[in-house]
Amino acid sequence: MISNLNHDLNGTVAVTTAPAPAAHPAGRAAAITRIVEKHGRRSSRLVPILQEVQEEFRYLPPDALALVAEKLNVAPARVFGVATFYAHFAIKPKGKHLVRLCDGTACHVKDSIPILDAIRRRLGVDARHPTTPDLMFTVETVACLGACGLAPVVVVDDQVHGAMTPAKGVALVESMIAKEAAP
Amino acid sequence: MIKARINDLPVEVPEGTTILDAARQVQVCIPTLCKHRDLLSTAACGICIVRNKGGNKMIRACCTPLENGMEITTHDRDIVEVRRSTLELILSNHPNGCLTCERNGECELQKLAADFNINQEAIKRYVKETPPDTSTGSIVIDFTKCIKCGRCIQVCQEMQDVWALSFLERGINTRMAPAGDITLAESPCVKCGQCSAHCPTGAIVENDETQTIWEALHDPNKVCVVQIAPSVRVTVGEAFGLPPGTNLTRKLYSALRRLGFKAVFDTNFAADVTIVEEASEFIERFAHKRGALPLITSCCPSWTDFMEKNHWDFIDNFSTAKSPQQMLGVLAKTYYAEKLGIDPAKLYMVSIMPCTAKKYELTRTEEMYASGFKDVDVAITTRELARMLKQSGIEFLSLPDAEADSLLGDYTGAGTIFGATGGVMEAAVRTAYFYATGKKLKSLDLEAVRGLQGVKEGTVDINGTPVRVAVAHGLANVEDVLNRVREAQKAGKETPYHFIEVMACPGGCIGGGGQPYGVDNERRQKRAAGLYQDDRDKQIRCSHENPEVIRLYKEFLDKPLSTKAHHLLHTRYTARPLYKR
Amino acid sequence: MKPLTPTDLEAYNRPNGEMKEWIRVQLDTGGIAAGAEEALAEFTRVRDENHQTIPVLRVGSVGYSFADPVVEVKCPGLPRILYGQVSAEVAGLIIREHVMKKRLIDDHAIATRQRRLTIDQPVTQILVRDTGADLSSKTEFFQFTFVEELKRRNLTERVQVVRAFDMGVYHEGVVVQLLPSGVTYTNVLAADVARIVTESVAKKRVLDDLLFKQPNPQVRIVLRNCGEVDPDSLEDYLTMARGYQALRRALTEMTPEKVIAEMKASGLRGRGGAGFPTWLKWQLTGAQKSAERYVICNGDEGDPGAFMDRSVLESDPHSVLEGMILAAFAMGSTHGYFYIRAEYPKAVERVERALVQAREAGLLGKNILGSGFSFDAKVRLGAGAFVCGEETALIASIEGKRGSPSPRPPYPSVKGLWGKPTAINNVETLANVPAIILNGGAWYAKNGTDASKGTKVFAVTGKVKNAQLVEVPMGTTLRQIVFDICGGVLDDKDLKAVQTGGPSGGVIPDKHLDTPVSYETLQQLGSIMGSGGMLVMDKTDSMVEVAKFYLRFCVDESCGKCAPCRIGGYQMLQILDRITRGRGTAADVGILRRICTAMQKASLCGLGQTAPNPVLSTLRYFEEEYKAYIEGGPSYARKISGRGQTVETTKETAKAAVTP
Repeated sequence: MISNLNHDLNGTVAVTTAPAPAAHPAGRAAAITRIVEKHGRRSSRLVPILQEVQEEFRYLPPDALALVAEKLNVAPARVFGVATFYAHFAIKPKGKHLVRLCDGTACHVKDSIPILDAIRRRLGVDARHPTTPDLMFTVETVACLGACGLAPVVVVDDQVHGAMTPAKGVALVESMIAKEAAP
Repeated sequence: MIKARINDLPVEVPEGTTILDAARQVQVCIPTLCKHRDLLSTAACGICIVRNKGGNKMIRACCTPLENGMEITTHDRDIVEVRRSTLELILSNHPNGCLTCERNGECELQKLAADFNINQEAIKRYVKETPPDTSTGSIVIDFTKCIKCGRCIQVCQEMQDVWALSFLERGINTRMAPAGDITLAESPCVKCGQCSAHCPTGAIVENDETQTIWEALHDPNKVCVVQIAPSVRVTVGEAFGLPPGTNLTRKLYSALRRLGFKAVFDTNFAADVTIVEEASEFIERFAHKRGALPLITSCCPSWTDFMEKNHWDFIDNFSTAKSPQQMLGVLAKTYYAEKLGIDPAKLYMVSIMPCTAKKYELTRTEEMYASGFKDVDVAITTRELARMLKQSGIEFLSLPDAEADSLLGDYTGAGTIFGATGGVMEAAVRTAYFYATGKKLKSLDLEAVRGLQGVKEGTVDINGTPVRVAVAHGLANVEDVLNRVREAQKAGKETPYHFIEVMACPGGCIGGGGQPYGVDNERRQKRAAGLYQDDRDKQIRCSHENPEVIRLYKEFLDKPLSTKAHHLLHTRYTARPLYKR
Repeated sequence: MKPLTPTDLEAYNRPNGEMKEWIRVQLDTGGIAAGAEEALAEFTRVRDENHQTIPVLRVGSVGYSFADPVVEVKCPGLPRILYGQVSAEVAGLIIREHVMKKRLIDDHAIATRQRRLTIDQPVTQILVRDTGADLSSKTEFFQFTFVEELKRRNLTERVQVVRAFDMGVYHEGVVVQLLPSGVTYTNVLAADVARIVTESVAKKRVLDDLLFKQPNPQVRIVLRNCGEVDPDSLEDYLTMARGYQALRRALTEMTPEKVIAEMKASGLRGRGGAGFPTWLKWQLTGAQKSAERYVICNGDEGDPGAFMDRSVLESDPHSVLEGMILAAFAMGSTHGYFYIRAEYPKAVERVERALVQAREAGLLGKNILGSGFSFDAKVRLGAGAFVCGEETALIASIEGKRGSPSPRPPYPSVKGLWGKPTAINNVETLANVPAIILNGGAWYAKNGTDASKGTKVFAVTGKVKNAQLVEVPMGTTLRQIVFDICGGVLDDKDLKAVQTGGPSGGVIPDKHLDTPVSYETLQQLGSIMGSGGMLVMDKTDSMVEVAKFYLRFCVDESCGKCAPCRIGGYQMLQILDRITRGRGTAADVGILRRICTAMQKASLCGLGQTAPNPVLSTLRYFEEEYKAYIEGGPSYARKISGRGQTVETTKETAKAAVTP
């Protein structure tokens, strides 16, 4: 099921489903311990550790960061400093599907922004609120994906779609919504 | 040695000297905003750029070592123009609120803007509105005024090993803040205030409570009394243009009376009491084997906070003796009030401290209310005192000398050196030696524990047993010392130290977070020298010989570590592993 | 694979009969996105259905992004043929026609760039394509004419006439290529058809007046194995690409000093952008007294519009790894890191696999090839910070810190990763190394200019006909790259400028197109070589918008550590935004210039120092465009920056897509 993303009359967002992105706190601790152990509890591995934690939970919840700090025996300040520095790390939850629009040069001059606008409009998100309230989609731009020959490019969950247009972009999203809605 | 030329002047400096430092040797001042004399260069502001002959790039003087044969130009039209533009950029990201800023007149950014004659705003201002953090009651962070120089973060992380502050995010959104969208009070902050002492602008300042005091002074129902901490006497003069280390004890007594305080006490007196209690505690543990060794000093509130958060396994080793501030507070509202027949409920105790954490100490535990009231009502820093004096219309420096009020005013040389790192240890050793041997130490000067080295060690022979002492200041220096103790304990070996003194701030209280701005090692040395001079000038240099202290025990407390003394003068500690590390 | 000995390795060096037939499907990110996996599946399916046995192989990409997915076919009796835009349908056709009937596929065959001047073998195919204006293509007419002519001479059995997808020659009217020799005729008129058939096809005589004599401007050294080997196969690299022969040579016949001397002779300079001599970097790092040294391959290719490193890592990971091991040997390093952008999952996967394979084969790890030299490497993923392309920031990132640059000195070669001497080399730099060691520095230095030796790979994108990777000797002109190799501007519009060097670079207007490309010349023009991104812009592109685009990138990517970059970039962006909304003032340009200078001079690292370049260079060549915005006001801005227009179209398209 997927929410219809419509706003009701009171202006609140109708959220029909909210798939929990992160596991139960206890499970979360176990997962973090496993990841940190795998890297030998070495604080130099902080970046790959956070990458794996994010892969696990789709974002970096603050308590997970505090736990990483504890397990690595470093100050939370250091973990937060690193987690907020790199663009890949998300402190806020991300959607189940990640729609990334390449805004590299080649894509840009071939009009990537209208595609972004169209997809955002369809999903009701913007730059400051990139995730749909039902946590199904996150739309973001990404620095060059290096697939410039296919510009403009949209990447959905690591699948690259080339030679996009606003209409194709919206169609792509529609097909995913339909797939999610299918029983 | 490196030989080079700066502005055509020959210079010769040891290898590794930065261009910035080398230039000073030929009386060339390269402006900088982020570089602090004692800290590592953060290379953040870009103001100190200079040019080397033949190079088309400008290089940062703060972090570039001078090399043989360099021909450095520090000032020409292009360089100054780049500096100006950079400064204008920094100003465009800073609120234009100088007139209402706590740092007004003492701000490094303001000074630079004046030096560069910046008289218009060419670049549109962009300041992201962020509410200040007032959560600690000790330190206030105004994020909008932060220029991201990184000094406070370096101080917090490396000098103090506290890790309350860090840089978050990046680019134009880069901000200095407690990590994880929490308040400073929720962070590992120990309120030492070193961040504020090193901040070049008004982004981090003490929580100014001068208005509270003005109101108390004007309140007819309050009897305002005041105490001044050991180190304040040798630093307050800096705010009035005097060199660091100038001892203004008697002028301060005088000034405080003029401000309207009914009685002026000296925290040094309480320091002597602290020593009597703490030395007795030491003898208990050392000679009578009752209690854990090493004994660790506890008069620094940032240190006790740090210990409770990070090294709570040493709680049993902590001296339970309260800090001098709290001892004086409780004695004023009991002993003094009793003697003079004043209603302690009306007594309003103000303390003037070198320290931002002292504000936090006032309500640290229920023992801080041992008199039945809040023992010390408000604590202000040296900086706040200077501000009050300037407001009051008193010509501070021309005042006649005065004496402190008796009962809680007399002090010894041992009490005064509390303000410098190693001072508590030295004072305690003087008294403990006497307690253990019945004799006075041959030389009262314990040189081994003086000075600015991060960890100092010494040995004193007491009745044939070498007593090993260690002194650490700057919290980052603590861990090593404690680990040595832990390792010995684990290995079942004898403790490497019997007595440890820790002060959170480098240099001890004379380098406290609430002292006049512009602290560096040179100033720390001069301030400490002022205190040691005061010690030398004193006829009585051992706490237990202080006649008023003797009277206090005789007439009120009975003897050191008595039940009454325990009730009034001692405290407890609780493990608070908020942040496991 | 069991560990190899030098003798085993030497045996691979002898040519051992190439495969007679194969289909190579080029599977890099671009190819996959365009449907290469689907084509691959269809090849196998149709092949088996028709009881064919031709092997279908996976290889990397030759770099013809415009033609993705690209497939190459080799069959007995036919020349090797590259096909472009091979959909599943075309894949089926290739099996049924090309493989089974020896007939090439119209509209997909790509002409060979190995153009020769003599016909030494009987002509079997004629490729034809009209390279003039797209609208009135005469390709089909010429195909028809050729077939008619061949019919008349009874040659249709022997010679097939094929409409080509791409000729590799542009704006030369009708172009004809005779296969297998590769003789190419340009500006062919209808009247020439008969001559070509009677003379060239029938008598193998070359028609000098039609002959296209320009040699292929491309020289493939970095890209030598791209599209030739299976990037997932060490065996392929060993058997077909003289893989690890350079390493064998170095370990058995050379000293580290000799390796560095060879690098010095080659004149190779760092391909990451700054152009520091590679040999010197190795020597400095090796000269430090230290028990440990690190070598890092910088694959954090963050320039928007650059994909050279991705392509090389995806198509030929072993060459880069071999280059890294050679670098390590030259400076006595025992540990290496591949620092690769996380946006490049395919590259990461292939490098990881290459490392495993090399370790198994004893080419990595303890006592490599029994030489006593030990070295191992691992992969670290970038976490999304362009500034980590800067060496000190990259090191901070590997150490698990915020990726902020730190002041230099100390340089990484003295005090780098974990405080140890560290050499950081770009992907392209390392890919050059095995070729240099194998063929000698002097061989490499034959290409290029005096100060800039060898070849350089460029990723040409934007408003260009054939977006692709191009590898040319240094000193090739921009015009050659854009027009001769990539076919010129899309839709045959006029070229306005070429942007080189990405966000750190600048624009080069059309009047400077004949400048030979080298580190120095580009710098003189106010741009830089950078890592090799090249963006073509036509007359309709607003230079102020372009500057703003790059600046926004730098503002997003600024680490925020130093004031000139952090605030300067942001403030410039505000001004540019004002200007492109038609709300700029006359004073703005002056302030822009001042901020540019402050950023250039007072920023700590390369990112900040070069971030103003796009603004400065557009101001240098196109200041009138800034002025036009300022004088024209909002209405002009809407027209030029196309805001109103773009937004409207978007709305409509979006609506159309949403409501069924």
